[in-house]
Amino acid sequence: MTAIVLAIDELKVALPAWSDRMFAVGGVSLDIRQKEILCIVGESGSGKSMMGKAILGLLPAPHVRAVGGRIMFEGRDLLALSDDEMRSIRGGRIAMIFQEPMTALNPLMKVGQQIEEVLEIHTSMTPPQRRERVLALIRDVHLPEPERMVASYPHQLSGGQRQRVVIAMALALEPALIIADEPTTALDVTTQAQILHLIKELQRAHGTAVLFITHDFGVVAEIADRVAVMRHGEIVEQGPATQVLGAPQADYTKALVAAVPGLKPRLQELDADSNVLLRVTNLEKTYRTSSGLFGGTVREVHAAKKISLELKRESSLALVGESGSGKSTLARCIIGLESVDSGLIEIDGERISGRTRAELRPFRKHVQMVFQDPYASLNPRQRIGDIIALGPMLNGVSREQAIGEARELLRLVGLKPDAVDRYPHEFSGGQRQRIGIARALAVKPKLIVADEPVSALDVSVQKQVLELLNDLRKSFGLSMLFITHDLRVAATVCEEIAIMQRGEIVERGATAEIFAAPSHPYTRSLFDAVPGREWISSLGPS
Amino acid sequence: MKSGSLGSYIARRLLQTIPVILGVVVVNFLLLQLAPGDLATVLAGEAGGAPKEYIDQLRARFGQDQPVYIQLFNYMRNLLVLDLGYSFRQSAPVLDLLLARLWPTLLLMGSTLVVSLGLGILMGLLAALWVRTWKDHVISVAAIIVYATPLFWVGLMLVLVFSIWLDWLPTSGMENVVAFHEGWDRVVDIARHLVLPTVTLSLFYLALYARLMRASMLEQRGLDYVTTARAKGQSDRKITTRHVFRNALLPVVTMAGVQTGGLLGGSVVVEAIFAWPGLGQLAFQSLFARDYNLLLGIFFMSAVLVVIVNLTVDVIYVFLDPRIRIG
Repeated sequence: MTAIVLAIDELKVALPAWSDRMFAVGGVSLDIRQKEILCIVGESGSGKSMMGKAILGLLPAPHVRAVGGRIMFEGRDLLALSDDEMRSIRGGRIAMIFQEPMTALNPLMKVGQQIEEVLEIHTSMTPPQRRERVLALIRDVHLPEPERMVASYPHQLSGGQRQRVVIAMALALEPALIIADEPTTALDVTTQAQILHLIKELQRAHGTAVLFITHDFGVVAEIADRVAVMRHGEIVEQGPATQVLGAPQADYTKALVAAVPGLKPRLQELDADSNVLLRVTNLEKTYRTSSGLFGGTVREVHAAKKISLELKRESSLALVGESGSGKSTLARCIIGLESVDSGLIEIDGERISGRTRAELRPFRKHVQMVFQDPYASLNPRQRIGDIIALGPMLNGVSREQAIGEARELLRLVGLKPDAVDRYPHEFSGGQRQRIGIARALAVKPKLIVADEPVSALDVSVQKQVLELLNDLRKSFGLSMLFITHDLRVAATVCEEIAIMQRGEIVERGATAEIFAAPSHPYTRSLFDAVPGREWISSLGPS
Repeated sequence: MKSGSLGSYIARRLLQTIPVILGVVVVNFLLLQLAPGDLATVLAGEAGGAPKEYIDQLRARFGQDQPVYIQLFNYMRNLLVLDLGYSFRQSAPVLDLLLARLWPTLLLMGSTLVVSLGLGILMGLLAALWVRTWKDHVISVAAIIVYATPLFWVGLMLVLVFSIWLDWLPTSGMENVVAFHEGWDRVVDIARHLVLPTVTLSLFYLALYARLMRASMLEQRGLDYVTTARAKGQSDRKITTRHVFRNALLPVVTMAGVQTGGLLGGSVVVEAIFAWPGLGQLAFQSLFARDYNLLLGIFFMSAVLVVIVNLTVDVIYVFLDPRIRIG
């Protein structure tokens, strides 16, 4: 057995008095050994991030602080160290990788300088030495053109590239331990696969111990040597990855594993001659940005190129693609939020594209949207009842009747009918997404366009929302256009799949067929990128 | 990208200001036509009344017997060669009058900008560093009180205390004209005269910038990149100076750009209180004398000033924030 790098002993992190429980972390004991990746799995609110922050002394003091236990690292208790001693450990001996690469870097500082800062703080290297080291680090994390990269600002890099910069920063001084807090959650599937691969590669090369915090069992299967499952601030189960993933003991672990969307494709339930509800023919959309009053350089983004697709009545089609593939643009065109350059969009035989706003209004109620971000998509100053009732009221339903229907809809989506009198902030992310679904259903649409409706949710909540969408689809006889970057989610919900890349549909067909034999190389790369796919396929039918 | 096209960016922005300034001129010209009374009636009134023929004759001399659109056309045509017309009231070309009054106003605006921005940013920074301590409360409460106090009252009180009671500083004017100072003596004399108007005009903006800077610092301090810097082991002091400060500065600079136009308006009051021989005071006088040529000239000059200041702020912004893309 290899040496223990970090030993957490009965760690307790207290929450402020006004929160719903006393401890974010309530007596957790864990060991992290040399050269191992320990995954902490848990849903949001399980205290896993707080534990990671407690190790580095980054808790949002004074409201949240460690009140008990010990964190032993290199013979010292981290909780008992002075600020100065702690600073010399941060970035030097223990480094951290964060969840949000878009905001984790200072927007006004060159990337090279930000990496160099670590060396400046902890070493006595001369500027030329530091520069050399920064370039070496940038090469280590496989960023292109190191010389140019050093002089770039964060906004000039993609999310994946920024995360590589953060990793380079973490590696700068060969720390004994790296804490990675959901480092791939905000990234696309293929980027996620690359970053996971990079972390594993660097961890093997440098022999670093990694504490990897995640909510996704697929990622765990991909990367973990050992797993600890956390819930309500306590460890529910821990052990070697193969054991926890293959034969989970605790009920909670079993439930989490069961919630992982499988790669079993959904079968075509409809007869082939069912008629077409939505037809898109040769749709083209290009965004142009001209600068200033007198023109100048014009940037063009070809967001949709000759897109054609059909959606049958009472069926569902998944548009799968990464960010920037044009899938959201297509959705916005279909619900009429965006005008098309050319091409045709028909719903129920009626042309939608090319209409003015006023002409479009009678059609609005046929197509409704469920949005990605359950926090930003509900007006915080409106009661739930008003939010849901607004659509029907615009279509001439009286307020009393609309509110009555809203109550019924809330019951249908699994919330209490008296939620009509409450405000959005009183609900969790999953509950808000249910409200968003109720709002979409309120005007009795024929087609629901769901734009990444579950990507902001925890796996177990994700499963519930997906099941709800599925049930409602059947009972309301709805058709659904489901936009996602996650093939696993697409497989559970949709009978048909269209894969989008750079504004084009590269492959389209029945889910079962594409899953059995993906023909386009891009589709195959998407399959390869699914985290923990071998483990998921071994789970059997769920 | 930045240095290469900065010149052409500025050139293009200057080009864009031409329609803006023309628009300002036209609107002002038409607005002044709506005002009752004109120079001829005022002159006649001051002479204790005059026959209608005399008034008509005056109007013909000033070109006011023409239809409005021809007057406007003539004015615009003259404007193209920077001929702003003649002030019959002051018996001097408008441009000469403006240029004589321009630099006192620029001096007052410049010193106000430096004092209010400099001290405002400093106060906001300190309040944020001492957040929720008594020092922060003192700064914040003081800022609110200043913010809510009328400008003219502050001016009068400052004169009362520092000029009349303590007799440290002069009450009004820009320099002691009868002393005939030269060289450094003159600079010192003007500086002494500048203190009270600057303080009066600065206080409001100082409070505004201090409050904004404090809020901006606190907001930035909670962002992810600050956590990243802490996780690197960076000290709190360095985090403030290297990371937070520059990010927090951006909204303050934006606000300062917007407020500079307002500064010009505020200087009318201050120039009146302290008899500061600037554009504001000139505007005040010419308004009551119905000296429309002069008034239009002042409006034109103010519009040009505001446009230049805004352009300057935008250029500064390009250097402060790499995310701003020009061209």
